[in-house]
Amino acid sequence: MSTQDTNETLLKVEDLKMHFPIYRGVLQRQAGAVHAVDGVSFEVKRGETLGLVGESGCGKSTTGRTILQLYKPTAGNVIFDGVDLVALKKEEMRKTRRKIQMIFQDPYASLNPRMTVADIVAEPMMVHNVGTGKEIQERVAHLLELVNLNPAFASRYPHEFSGGQRQRIGIARALALQPSFIVCDEPISALDVSIQAQVVNLLEDLQEQFNLTYLFIAHDLSMVRHISKRVAVMYLGVIMELADRDDLYHSPFHPYTQALLSAIPIPDPVADAKRRRVILEGDVPSPVNPPSGCRFRTRCPIAEKVCAESRPDFREVTPGHFVACHLVK
Amino acid sequence: MPDLLLDIKGLETQFKTPDGIVHAVNGVSFGLKEGETLGVVGESGCGKSVTMLSVLGLIPSPPGKVVAGEAFFFGQDLLKMSKEEIRHVRGAQIGMVFQDPMTSLNPVLTIGRQLEEPLMLHIGMTKHQAQERAAELLTLVGIPNAKDRLNDYPHQYSGGMRQRVMIAMALSCSPQILIADEPTTALDVTIQAQIMELVKRLREELGMSIIWITHDLGVVAGIAHRVVVMYGGFIIEEASVNDLFANPSHPYTLGLLGSLPRVDEIEHGRLFSIDGQPPVLYQKPTACPFAPRCKWAMEKCWKENPMLEPISNEHRVACWVDTKTGRNR
Repeated sequence: MSTQDTNETLLKVEDLKMHFPIYRGVLQRQAGAVHAVDGVSFEVKRGETLGLVGESGCGKSTTGRTILQLYKPTAGNVIFDGVDLVALKKEEMRKTRRKIQMIFQDPYASLNPRMTVADIVAEPMMVHNVGTGKEIQERVAHLLELVNLNPAFASRYPHEFSGGQRQRIGIARALALQPSFIVCDEPISALDVSIQAQVVNLLEDLQEQFNLTYLFIAHDLSMVRHISKRVAVMYLGVIMELADRDDLYHSPFHPYTQALLSAIPIPDPVADAKRRRVILEGDVPSPVNPPSGCRFRTRCPIAEKVCAESRPDFREVTPGHFVACHLVK
Repeated sequence: MPDLLLDIKGLETQFKTPDGIVHAVNGVSFGLKEGETLGVVGESGCGKSVTMLSVLGLIPSPPGKVVAGEAFFFGQDLLKMSKEEIRHVRGAQIGMVFQDPMTSLNPVLTIGRQLEEPLMLHIGMTKHQAQERAAELLTLVGIPNAKDRLNDYPHQYSGGMRQRVMIAMALSCSPQILIADEPTTALDVTIQAQIMELVKRLREELGMSIIWITHDLGVVAGIAHRVVVMYGGFIIEEASVNDLFANPSHPYTLGLLGSLPRVDEIEHGRLFSIDGQPPVLYQKPTACPFAPRCKWAMEKCWKENPMLEPISNEHRVACWVDTKTGRNR
């Protein structure tokens, strides 16, 4: 496998929708649905990191989980390496999951407290029946070394480790089956600042070493800018803007991206004082009853009549730079 | 020295745990000037919250205990006050806002009831006066239809609105000092920007002094006049906000700033990471608590804990090494 960037598409998500039904009353009739993900399309190229950012409740984690078929999508296709995962049978999907792994947000909740580190890292290999007991043992030691943990700690339990070390255990588990694609769901947001950099550096090293492809889900736009090649911005179940990292951060087209970027604090009082802030009014509307037309129009500083009437297309404005906004020419 | 509104001297707080005594705060001294905003920065477990809780007599005892120190507020030592006396200072003269607005509000009482209670208790307002004032306060913090929304319960408010209610509550008795403990950490960036803007506005309008506790150096850069950085229960650097970001001098401060990716970054180099993790102090340290993680550490650092010494006007650092030259200070 080559280690350089190729232009080959590894994952293609087409018009993905995930609606969670709401049941009410004695008869448990469906009374509505949470439109968590509502028509999302993007591609991830082999070897790249695509950042997926947005505020809480925007559907970024649901998108990640739906790609892995942890939820059965309401509509849409997820084409991974030429195969549509949505159409796969349960057993076929289970086999395909060897190639797609996930790193979770909470390093405290995502490791079974009653299992030793060795058992946690070995579990995916046991489930997928890879190798003999001895081979698995050796592989566990190798994996722990890869994530800079001492293999001598393999017989310890998760509570004996700090948050950053637990996240490394989670990463070792994700690498156990030699996947090509990893969904990183807020892998650093539960960690202290000085530890976040350690984990991000590790993820970057591993990507280079194994030619991994990441979907990096986060709400921290500065970290996403650091780690991603391209970035998608989500709002209320819809991708508002997708572009090359520097392109997006230098010349954001969508008013939501502009507001989001201007809201991030910069650790530099001089630069911070010079910035123009766009302060958004109000809160994100409920995904049960999303606004008509453009999802962002209720908080948009420049919304016009057309924004309420029809949903803007997600179109390519400049090469590689996609925006869903009526008012961007 | 100019008149200090709050003057904390030599504060030490310990906690008894099954594993031994944890030295959470180890001789912290700083002052708050009238009208200024002081940022207290550090990672989890550095003692930043415990310091403020100690001053306000909110440390659960047992297991916690303030073992030494003074905290002068208008000529009176807060640490020597009886429970009844300190209760009157809290809420009436010093207001507090905590991190999690959901757990800080009582879910079974209306917002109005929770706002009115301190007004009747501390200032002796009648029910009717308190109701009017509560509506005023909600309007002040930017909640529309304040009168109607007084009858709502906390779950009917969004996260950002709940934090506004917490601020309204802290301001209800017109305190001289507002202590905000990670007030925006649980919020999304666009909501964080709203709350920071609100606090800045109220600071101008009401002329309060503020102590803002956070782990986010970006937030501090945007709101504080002066900053103290804490590590392992000590203050390791203290400076004006511009000076701190222009001339960070303690290795830990340098490390923290280096490990933050910036949303306005141009270079995409490797993040600077601080190896290891923050200490839990079961003994009062006799060496510099940062020495195990410090790349400048020399022999002296392992033998003696440096005091906070001035390096220029109003800029104090606790370190044996001059990080500009790498030599002994």
